Amino acid sequence: MSSASARSHVASGAVSRWSLRVLGLGFLALLLVAPLVIIFFETFKDGIQPPLDAITSPNGLHALKLSLLMVVIAVPLNTIFGVACALLLVRHKWKGNALIDSVINLPFALSPIVIGLALYLLYSTNDGWFGPTLAEAGLEVLFSVPGMVLASIFVSLPFVVRETVPVLQEIGTEQEQAASTLGANGWQTFWRITLPAIRWGVAYGVVLTTARVLGEFGAVTIVSGSISGKTETLPLFVSKEFERFSEPGAYGASLVLALLALMTLLAMNLLKRKEDA
Amino acid sequence: MGISVEGANKSFGDFQALDDVSIEVPDGSLTALLGPSGSGKSTLLRAIAGLETLDGGRVVIDDEDVSKKPTQKREVGFVFQHYAAFKHMTVYENVGFGLKIRKWDKAKISDRVHELLRLVQLDGLAGRYPSQLSGGQRQRMALARALAVEPQVLLLDEPFGALDAKVRKDLRTWLRHLHDEMHVTTIFVTHDQEEAMDVADQLVVMNNGQVEQTGSADELYEHPANEFVMSFVGEVNRLGDDFVRPHDMEVVLDADDRTKEGLVQRIVTLGFEVRVELVLSDGTEVWAQLTRAELQRLELREGQIAYLRPIQAKSFNGSSPSASQGASTPPGSQDDGEAEVSAAV
Repeated sequence: MSSASARSHVASGAVSRWSLRVLGLGFLALLLVAPLVIIFFETFKDGIQPPLDAITSPNGLHALKLSLLMVVIAVPLNTIFGVACALLLVRHKWKGNALIDSVINLPFALSPIVIGLALYLLYSTNDGWFGPTLAEAGLEVLFSVPGMVLASIFVSLPFVVRETVPVLQEIGTEQEQAASTLGANGWQTFWRITLPAIRWGVAYGVVLTTARVLGEFGAVTIVSGSISGKTETLPLFVSKEFERFSEPGAYGASLVLALLALMTLLAMNLLKRKEDA
Repeated sequence: MGISVEGANKSFGDFQALDDVSIEVPDGSLTALLGPSGSGKSTLLRAIAGLETLDGGRVVIDDEDVSKKPTQKREVGFVFQHYAAFKHMTVYENVGFGLKIRKWDKAKISDRVHELLRLVQLDGLAGRYPSQLSGGQRQRMALARALAVEPQVLLLDEPFGALDAKVRKDLRTWLRHLHDEMHVTTIFVTHDQEEAMDVADQLVVMNNGQVEQTGSADELYEHPANEFVMSFVGEVNRLGDDFVRPHDMEVVLDADDRTKEGLVQRIVTLGFEVRVELVLSDGTEVWAQLTRAELQRLELREGQIAYLRPIQAKSFNGSSPSASQGASTPPGSQDDGEAEVSAAV
């Protein structure tokens, strides 16, 4: 290859590299960043007071608290279930695994609104399968917190499993076997060897689960009835504010949601950096 | 602590990894399980550790049947071919793991870990992570980790298999010295007959899930129970029904009634030793191992005719490599199928 053509080769490499960058960044800017920036500007269009008032209104604060409550309940439960399920899938091979493996993905495949309707049918106090019995026992599932927790768990269930399974497969079983020859029982091996080895997979699953629970709208709308100040999470609050043209409330609450999501991602990055150091 | 395995059976699906295997490992010995891949040697070792569950048979350690005991209660040290280092722990934490599980106090753990790190010559590297060590260092760390808990027995599964030739040789010499100091009953698995003969007091040769023969390196080499053992523990030529080691082949220039005629095909000089490859009149290819001096005396050249005289030959009438006749044979005894033909020169 002559040096001239080699140079032009390098040059065309640089051109394609730059066009890829422009394409990639442009795509991100247009589809992801622009909407968030718009929300930011719209929120503070008339200063900081209107959105602050909307969010600190009793309904706004209640929605925020309820959203965080969903996270606090659904995320730990799905983390425990997800890790246990991943262990079952990877470490204990049996015939039922193929079935579990495909069922786990159901929440990804189903529209959240369908999930909401399914839960509604199960727990309806009139003619649901479980509803009447639970109602007799004094437990109201629909239009209250338990139903919303169920919906949140349902829609965010696959994340931890999906992120943990490949990591478990990758680390193999030798370290666990070594631990057992050194006298560690199953529980000690899990806490001291397996969990530390898979922690980044689990952490990533937790972040995705948290984001999903915070943002869930469709399934929660159906089972909660979206009662202001009672069964309204932040996304439902945003929707309702938007419907009644209360822009500061809608945009302000959206911004809070976006910030929460950002904080989750940031927390994970910080943890990871500390780990690498 | 002696180890014995009695009538062990294990299948993986259609594959029979262990077929009625019994071995006896004397207290304080260093025993090698030697065999080609798929011979069942690793499965047997893992069964002793409890990492595999036997379909049938017993594992007895120090007169106690441990067949039903889980791995963590068998008090065995186990070293894996690929180290199985705890990647998220430092060298110090790796070696101290078993002691921490046993709830030793910090000062005692520190003393013991440093003592072991000195033993395996890693004292300066306590704070490193496994990813910062070489293969040989990782394996020594794994060995220190296994020894830290003062196991009844030490089991090593192809411990040097993943290391390069030089390190492998150093480590096995070092393992032998270590064993001579510690006297812990040790079994190690290898497919390398030279390694086994170099290190072990006792060798157990396995093939197709069965024990072919048990004995010292000398016994196996001098009195192999069958063709498989003979060809696995050293080089071998086949002359009709007879098996002859290349160094038991004399090359002469004059024929007599015991010699066979051959055409010298190739002469390869490997330092002190010379490998002379010949083709016999019936097409059999054989080789003889000579010294340099012998070659010079004979003035052998490629393409000439020479005569072979087997000094010592063995025949195993009707025995096949998979025959299990060697399984229960006491070391060194003569088998029915073995007839030794010795010719004094």
